Amino acid sequence: MSLDLNRKTVTKNAFRITKRRNHTAIRIRVPGGHLNASQIARIARIAEQFGDGNLHITTRQGFEIPNIPFEKMAEVNAALRPLIEELELEHGVKIDNPAAGYPAAGMRNISACIGNRTCPFANTDTTGLAQRIEAVVYPHDFHTKIAITGCPNDCIKAHMQDFGIIAICIPEYDYDQCIGCEACAKACQRKVTGAIEMNGSKVVRDERRCIGCGECVLACPTSAWTRKPGKYYRLLVMGRTGKKNPRLAMPFLDRVNEEVVTKVIANTMAYVDRYILRCLPKEHIGYIVDRTGFNVFRDEVLQGVVLNTEARLAKTIQWPGYNTLNDANLKTTK
Amino acid sequence: MSAYDYSRKEFAAVFAELQKTYQIYGPKRFAGRGRFSDTDLIRYAPLASLDELELAEKSSLSPKSLVFPADETIFHFNDHEFSQPQLKENGEIIVLLRPCDINGIARLDKMFLENGDQADPYYQRRRQRLHFFMIECRESFENCFCVSMKSNTTDNYEVALRFAGDRVAAQVKDHRYAGLFGQKGRAGSFSPEFVSGNDKQVELPTVETMPAEMFNHKMWEEYDSRCIACGRCNTSCVTCSCFSTVDLFYADSRQCGERRRVWDGCHLDGFSDMAGGHSFRKNKGERMRFKTFHKIYDFRKRFGFDMCVGCGRCDDVCPEYISFSSCINKLSRTLKGGSDK
Ligand code: SF4
Ligand code: SF4
Ligand code: SF4
Ligand code: SF4
Ligand code: SF4
Repeated sequence: MSLDLNRKTVTKNAFRITKRRNHTAIRIRVPGGHLNASQIARIARIAEQFGDGNLHITTRQGFEIPNIPFEKMAEVNAALRPLIEELELEHGVKIDNPAAGYPAAGMRNISACIGNRTCPFANTDTTGLAQRIEAVVYPHDFHTKIAITGCPNDCIKAHMQDFGIIAICIPEYDYDQCIGCEACAKACQRKVTGAIEMNGSKVVRDERRCIGCGECVLACPTSAWTRKPGKYYRLLVMGRTGKKNPRLAMPFLDRVNEEVVTKVIANTMAYVDRYILRCLPKEHIGYIVDRTGFNVFRDEVLQGVVLNTEARLAKTIQWPGYNTLNDANLKTTK
Repeated sequence: MSAYDYSRKEFAAVFAELQKTYQIYGPKRFAGRGRFSDTDLIRYAPLASLDELELAEKSSLSPKSLVFPADETIFHFNDHEFSQPQLKENGEIIVLLRPCDINGIARLDKMFLENGDQADPYYQRRRQRLHFFMIECRESFENCFCVSMKSNTTDNYEVALRFAGDRVAAQVKDHRYAGLFGQKGRAGSFSPEFVSGNDKQVELPTVETMPAEMFNHKMWEEYDSRCIACGRCNTSCVTCSCFSTVDLFYADSRQCGERRRVWDGCHLDGFSDMAGGHSFRKNKGERMRFKTFHKIYDFRKRFGFDMCVGCGRCDDVCPEYISFSSCINKLSRTLKGGSDK
C-alpha cells in the first residue's frame, strides 16, 4: 500500500519526513526545558508504543521520537494530548484542538538554561519566562529560534539564536553598608568587565561597563550590593548557524523589561509576515533582516513599544560571523 | 509587672501609638534583595507598621548595626582641628529582637563599654537610645545553638511579646509603658517561655588554659582550603565587634576629611596586616582558630562568659558550608583526645 501524504500538513503538525520511508518522527515541545518525571514517563511510553522505544533529546531541549509509522499519527496525537495540556495550555498557550496534536512547528522550542530554580548565578526564572513567551509566540509557523539564559555566562547559548534573551540585574549600592572589603571589585575585575573600582574605602561602579551579571551582589558580605527590584533583560538578535553565513546574535536592546521583550518578539512576527519571500519554501528570519536592512527591522519591531527608563537601544548593529564561501585560508595538505 | 492580651489588630494600634514617641526597629523583609535573585533579605530596619515585622525567618544580618553601624564617621578634621559629628537623629528607639540578640548586645556592651577604662562614646550614644522589646522565641531556627551557649534566656527587656497567629500577648516590665499597653488590651497572665532545646548542640571546651599545641594543631588545616575569606561569618555575627579605621579626604583637599570606622573581621584578607606588610594570620585555618578561641575561650577568660551566643548566623550564611558549631565540637573532641575529624 502506498501512502498519500500532504507533506505540508504533516510538517505543520510537528511530524517530520525522515530518512526511513513511511516512517515519521514527532517533535515534542518542552518550553523552558523543564518537565516533571511523569511527563517524561508519558513521553517514554509514546516512544515504546508507537516508535521503536528510542528517543532523541534535541538541541533545543525538546524530544524527538523517531521511527513512528505514518499511519499512527492520529494515535500519537491523541497520546500527546495530556502533554500539550500540561506543557502548553497550562501556560496560557491557545490551541483550539489539543486532541489534534501540535498546530505548528515553525516556531522552535524555546530553550532555557536551568535558571534561578537551581543556579545561584541566575537573575531570573528562565523556564517561567520561556513559558510566558510561549503563550505569545505559539502556535506560529515562522521558523524562529528563541532561547533564554539566566545570566551573561550564557550557558544556553543565546548568542546563537534569532532572539537570545539574557536575564541581567541592575546592581544598587548602599553606600552606608559598604565596608570596603574589595570583594565585589575583585570579582568584577577577575571574572567580568572591571566595572567596579575602589575609591578609598568605598567602591564606584561604571554604569557603562556593567553588564548586569550580579557577581558583585553574590560577592558582597554586607548586602551593600543588591538587585534593583524588577527584572531586566538584554535582548540579542539574529544570531544563526546554517550553511551560508553563521554569525553571533548581537545586543539590540539592553536593560529592558519583560513587556518590551515580549512585545518586540510579537511585533517581529508581523514584520516577518510583511517581508518574507513567499516564493521560497522557507526564509529564515535573519536573512529577511539582511534584505530589509536593520533600520526597517528596528523601526517595525519597536512600534507601540514603550521602553522603560533604564533601556538602551542599539542604533546600529554589525554581526560578527563569516561567509562559508570564504575559504582562502584553507589549503590542501597533500 | 503587668500582662495583656490583644488581637493583632489591637496590638497594631499599640504599635502605632508607640511610634508617636519612639522609632521602632525590628527584623524586616526586603523583597528581592537577597543574595540570589528572587530571594529576600532580612535585616534590622525601622518598621513602618507592625505588618513589617518579620517573624517567620531569621535575619541574616544582626541588630548590631543599631549600636555599631557598618560604617561610622568618628571625626571630621582639617589641618588644625577636628570635630565629632552629631547623630542625625537622637530620638529613642524600641528594638524588637530575640533573646540571643539581646544577649549578643550585652556581649557588645562588654567590648565597647567595659573593656578598658574608657567607654566607647560612639557606641554609648547609640546604645543609650535603645529599649529592648523581646520577641519570645520558643522554637529555634535552623543552626541555632543558643541553649548550649546559655543565651536562650534573658530578663534584659522592658516588654516581652508573643506573636501567635491573630493573638499578641505582652508582658510589660517597665511601668512607663503601662498606661499605653493597658488602654488597648485586656489584662492577661503572659510570661514568656524560652526555647529549651535546639537541633544543634555544642560541647564547649572545659579547659582552664588552652594547651599550646592547639594553636598549631592540624585540625585547623582543613579550613585553609575550605574558607574563602569572604567575611560573611563576621559581618552577620551579632558579637563580632572588630573594625578598621580609614581616613578619607574630601575631593581636591589635602587637609580636610574624616575618619571612619568600618566593620572588619578576622576572616577577611588584610585584617591582621600591619604597617610594613606583616600579616599575623595568612592562612584561613589560623583565622578560624583565632575566631573560635575568641568566641568560646578568650572572651570567657576576660569576662566570665562566652562571646558567641549561638545565633547560628555564621552557619546560615557561609557559602562554603563551614559550620562553626561543628568546629566547636571538633575542638572539644580533640581536647579530650578524640578525633579531630
Ligand atoms: S547561564 Fe547563568 S544562570 Fe544560566 S545556568 Fe549558566 S550560569 Fe546559571
Ligand atoms: S553586575 Fe557584574 S559587571 Fe556589573 S558591576 Fe556587578 S560584577 Fe561588575
Ligand atoms: S563587596 Fe560589598 S562591602 Fe565589600 S567593597 Fe564591595 S560593596 Fe563594599
Ligand atoms: S559566632 Fe556565629 S553563632 Fe556565635 S554569635 Fe557569632 S554568628 Fe552567632
Ligand atoms: S563565611 Fe565561611 S567562607 Fe566566609 S569567611 Fe566565614 S568561614 Fe570563611
